[in-house]
Amino acid sequence: MSGATSLAGFADPVLDSQATFRAVLEAMSRPGRVQQVPVPPELPPGIEPAAAAVLLALADADTPIRLAAGPEAEAWIRFHTGARAAAVAEAAFVLDPAARLLDLAAGTEEEPERGATLILPVAALAEGSGWRLAGPGIQSTHRLSVQGAPSGFLADWAANRARFPRGVDVILCAGDRIAALPRSVAIQEG
Amino acid sequence: MSTDAGYNFAYLDESTKRMIRRALLKAVAIPGHQVPFGSREMPLPYGWGTGGIQVTAAVLGPRDVLKVIDQGSDDTTNAVSIRAFFRRTAGIATTERTAEATIIQTRHRIPERKLTEGQILVYQVPIPEPLARLEPRIAETRRLHAMADYGLMHVKLYEDIAKHGHIATSYSYPVMVNERYLMSPSPIPAFDNPKMHMMPALQLFGAGREKRIYAVPPYTHVRSLDFEDHPFRPIRAPHACELCGSRDTYLDEVLVDDKGGRIFVCSDTDHCQERQAMKEAAE
Repeated sequence: MSGATSLAGFADPVLDSQATFRAVLEAMSRPGRVQQVPVPPELPPGIEPAAAAVLLALADADTPIRLAAGPEAEAWIRFHTGARAAAVAEAAFVLDPAARLLDLAAGTEEEPERGATLILPVAALAEGSGWRLAGPGIQSTHRLSVQGAPSGFLADWAANRARFPRGVDVILCAGDRIAALPRSVAIQEG
Repeated sequence: MSTDAGYNFAYLDESTKRMIRRALLKAVAIPGHQVPFGSREMPLPYGWGTGGIQVTAAVLGPRDVLKVIDQGSDDTTNAVSIRAFFRRTAGIATTERTAEATIIQTRHRIPERKLTEGQILVYQVPIPEPLARLEPRIAETRRLHAMADYGLMHVKLYEDIAKHGHIATSYSYPVMVNERYLMSPSPIPAFDNPKMHMMPALQLFGAGREKRIYAVPPYTHVRSLDFEDHPFRPIRAPHACELCGSRDTYLDEVLVDDKGGRIFVCSDTDHCQERQAMKEAAE
């Protein structure tokens, strides 16, 4: 990571961070429900609006991050969050298309909260069809259609869920929309 | 936005909010697990809801409507002060009506009215560790949670039965969340425990002095521990509310003179007033 950025972050750092967090909290509490996040006015190339918002809202000097989004986006995130770069296995937030779910930190049995969060850009998110989700946060079933998830994702997810309470939580991003998959959720192909 | 100049929106600085927010997200992802957080000093003493206030401050937005209750009541010092605190530092609207609130911070009660999907319930928690009285070493309780070894608590409940003939725990009654983590529901009456099960609202717990955050996502299984031959029974005083006549709400006993006179009234003041107004309208 090198270089500087001249692009601004959130238009209103306090309230946009709050709105983004509430969207993520809502998404994490009700897996499969799609939420909208406020988009930073100027985005560098290489990063999805929702992924950028989530990192601006949640990452800082206390959270090592793994980014593979091109030098401009990396400089921009680093400038606005102060987060330092880390390897996939050490990062708290990972935004890297090459990283596999099971490569991320999963926490320990005593400290499962140390499990990382994977920010996963996908092509499109829609409620009502596709995967069947069940688990905490879902009354009976939620259906979530995810276009462009990495191949083998569902098999990896089953392995991720099997090691509960250890595990990785996922925030799916498409445009300015997000949906979350906390490690507790079970996914069945639609 | 903030009405008191010199403070950030909702009092806490942004990096503290981010730290609390990250803890909250992990708490939601691991229902019932206690996540440590860097609890800050707040402008009120420990034991007055510093954990709940920090959680509320991290969650709160300008469009939220905040309700604060203390033992079910909107008009005690603690509830009034916390509402005033957020009106001053965040400029948000507050209410005493459960139905109008988007965030409800509570000390030791769950409102009688069924909460909805648009609401978040924030509990003030004094002792987050359900095993604290049984195992004082935090390192050991952490290991017991890791192994889901909750035999200690079953022995404690069994000893209750052996001594008293029934489970003599009327508040802070331990629950299993999603059949994985033993959790303290905070000192709510056992009467309120069944309301936690499959609640449509998100439940967040903050313990300021003990520096722990935990959560129960909406629609999550919450089971009060019991035995097949001694099933869990929510207890309430066998009376009707003196003010609204309710026979299915949790009651406070109030002394009314120095000759032993006493009445029973609803602990949830908003619910009671609503029922009284309905009764008056019907008459």
